[in-house]
Amino acid sequence: MDNVTLTINDIKVTVEKGATILDAAKKVGVRIPTLCHHEDLCVAGNCRVCVVEQKGARALQASCAVPAAEGMQIYTNTKKVREARKTIIELLLSEHAGECTSCYRSGNCELQAIAQEYLADGDAFIDVADMTEIDISSPAIVKDDSKCIKCTRCVRTCAELQGVSALWAINKGNHTKISTFMSKPMHYVVCTNCGQCINRCPTGALTERNYIQDVWSAIDDPEVHVVVQTAPAVRVGLGEALGMEPGRVVTGKMAAALRKLGFDSVLDTDFSADLTIMEEGTELLVRLKEALAEKKNVALPMMTSCSPGWIKFIEHQYPELLDNLSTCKSPQQMFGALAKTYYAKKKGVDPSKMISVSIMPCTAKKFEAARPEMNSSGFQDVDYVLTTRELGHMIRQAGIDFENLQDEKFDTIMGESTGAAVIFGATGGVMEAALRTAYEIVTGREVPFANLNIEPVRGMDGIKSAAVKIEKVKPEWSFLEGAELKVAIAHGLVNADKLMKEIEAGKSPYHFIEIMACPGGCIGGGGQPIPTSPEIRKKRAEAIYVADSELPIRKSHENPEIQMIYKDFLHEPLGHHSHELLHTHYTPRRNVK
Amino acid sequence: MTPNKAFSEAINKHGVSRDSLLPVLQYVISKEQWLKEETMEEVAKAFGMSAAEVYGVATFYSFLDTEPRGRYVIRVCRTISCDMAGKKEIIESLKNELRVKTGETTPDGMFTLLETNCMGWCHKGPAMLVNDDVFTELTPDKAVAVIQEYREKSKQ
Repeated sequence: MDNVTLTINDIKVTVEKGATILDAAKKVGVRIPTLCHHEDLCVAGNCRVCVVEQKGARALQASCAVPAAEGMQIYTNTKKVREARKTIIELLLSEHAGECTSCYRSGNCELQAIAQEYLADGDAFIDVADMTEIDISSPAIVKDDSKCIKCTRCVRTCAELQGVSALWAINKGNHTKISTFMSKPMHYVVCTNCGQCINRCPTGALTERNYIQDVWSAIDDPEVHVVVQTAPAVRVGLGEALGMEPGRVVTGKMAAALRKLGFDSVLDTDFSADLTIMEEGTELLVRLKEALAEKKNVALPMMTSCSPGWIKFIEHQYPELLDNLSTCKSPQQMFGALAKTYYAKKKGVDPSKMISVSIMPCTAKKFEAARPEMNSSGFQDVDYVLTTRELGHMIRQAGIDFENLQDEKFDTIMGESTGAAVIFGATGGVMEAALRTAYEIVTGREVPFANLNIEPVRGMDGIKSAAVKIEKVKPEWSFLEGAELKVAIAHGLVNADKLMKEIEAGKSPYHFIEIMACPGGCIGGGGQPIPTSPEIRKKRAEAIYVADSELPIRKSHENPEIQMIYKDFLHEPLGHHSHELLHTHYTPRRNVK
Repeated sequence: MTPNKAFSEAINKHGVSRDSLLPVLQYVISKEQWLKEETMEEVAKAFGMSAAEVYGVATFYSFLDTEPRGRYVIRVCRTISCDMAGKKEIIESLKNELRVKTGETTPDGMFTLLETNCMGWCHKGPAMLVNDDVFTELTPDKAVAVIQEYREKSKQ
């Protein structure tokens, strides 16, 4: 690789050819402000706040977009640069409705931070904010054009990471805006509600629909029993929302904080993640039996159904492949259906007076909870879904010193979980958990990987695949003797799309595919703390695997509360009760993007 | 959805690679004057793009209309030379003749009256376009005569 040498503020630096001036500055510890630039996305170079002066050049250069060249002399802190940046920020502020005191992103807004840094005057230019009505059509995502600075991070996110392109820049010049097809409300387009755009929006233009006030009202109502469940990835993200470093596992503090907030039952989605493995693992084995032993025409590869962003994607883009989806509800919805039936009955709570709240790393879960079919308990199974960010907000509002909380445990009968459940939060985790259980059901032995760690399915490659040889099976699984179970994992819908194209072309060699809509899996979910970057997601994933390795039980079928629910209530995986409460169907949607 | 005839012709002529997008949209416009929602969806499907992207491209170009347009789209130049040469009077006479405001289409779907930026006929202003035909050195009477001409033409 060729190198180039240049100077940044007279400091000599050598970088690989192709690196930008911004990269070179980072290397020598010179911070240049950015807004449209994002590590996960391609260069846009449209906001201009990263301008720098190049000796000998007439115009200022956008450092995020201009490649470093041999002999360049770059200055990042001249009068010209400072004044230009300030004017640029003031121009951005002129098209931004600066409602900082009431804005949901206040304190976590990149525009606010940079404006403060440059002491920019929000009234320096006339106000041209786009006061189009705020789009609250979606139960998951709110789009407020008055806060948009047209950096196009959301457009690039939706196109490059998700392959959906629900959003695009329309019109031109000062009429440019970020829009859906025909400027339809977000709820009526192909948006998957994944929320990745929210994670990358530098302002409050795209936010989750927040239900903080509704949840406080439920907690404040003495008549109501409020049950809360927490998804696997929340425990490795929540710390960041409360000022801690990425990569901290805060399970015990989170349970303690939820009790302090006033939730009546503090339970765990990890419990229903274990349950998902029992149901989905069995479903896979049944499908394989029907295909291999009974020569029936069954839809294979079977695909996971835990990720509601992924579900809406396939409903729009590949409705002909819906039979390949596992019929299992996601852990959130399994939990919801059981909370108002099994849990209510065992604990003597009137389900009509129960409010079920879930804490999710996800915005699409809000849409999932609102799906009309998600009422198998006789009520809406999950009433409110809060993101990790919203929970962080409530904990701050309550004045809880989160970092110094003593660890507490979840409540019983739907609070016990295993290492297999916690890894649901990372890409490859559902696959690993399923293999740990399915392999053991079939052979009676543990999966042949050191310490149960199925390394080939871990990591941040967009698509991963593995093959597991099945040998010395129990007599009832004789048709699987010698078979090689082929599996694949994709995260980020642009990668899922590649696997779907393979299936469509009849070229998919796999039996089982895990898809998570968000980069990195749920740890990188659209409801996780902002900012996000490859580095941050890597730290959260590492934390998930640490959490797994530290748990005494690491296989879903060994969870005592799972064994109990099958003994007392469900009787067997895929049984009558399971079908009623834990399985679902899907809806083909218009497949025009 | 019945396939759009103009669109089918357009993709037969230009194909569906990304760089054919503009020629295809222009072809549809030449036949139908505007891009319907269903047509943009069809384009998106055929090109393997998102409908939002097709919409983004269409709205970027002033001559790729995404709102209903009449059979004859009149575009009067509003840029400075034509403005100084009497564009306002031209617009007024057209409004009067067609009984519409700028941006509107006559109830019979025949004419849409729009303004446009410079077409490069500054030396012969005021100028206007009717679909692809240019009319220059207009007077209010001349502009009305052009309308009459198209009315006659549409009867043939």
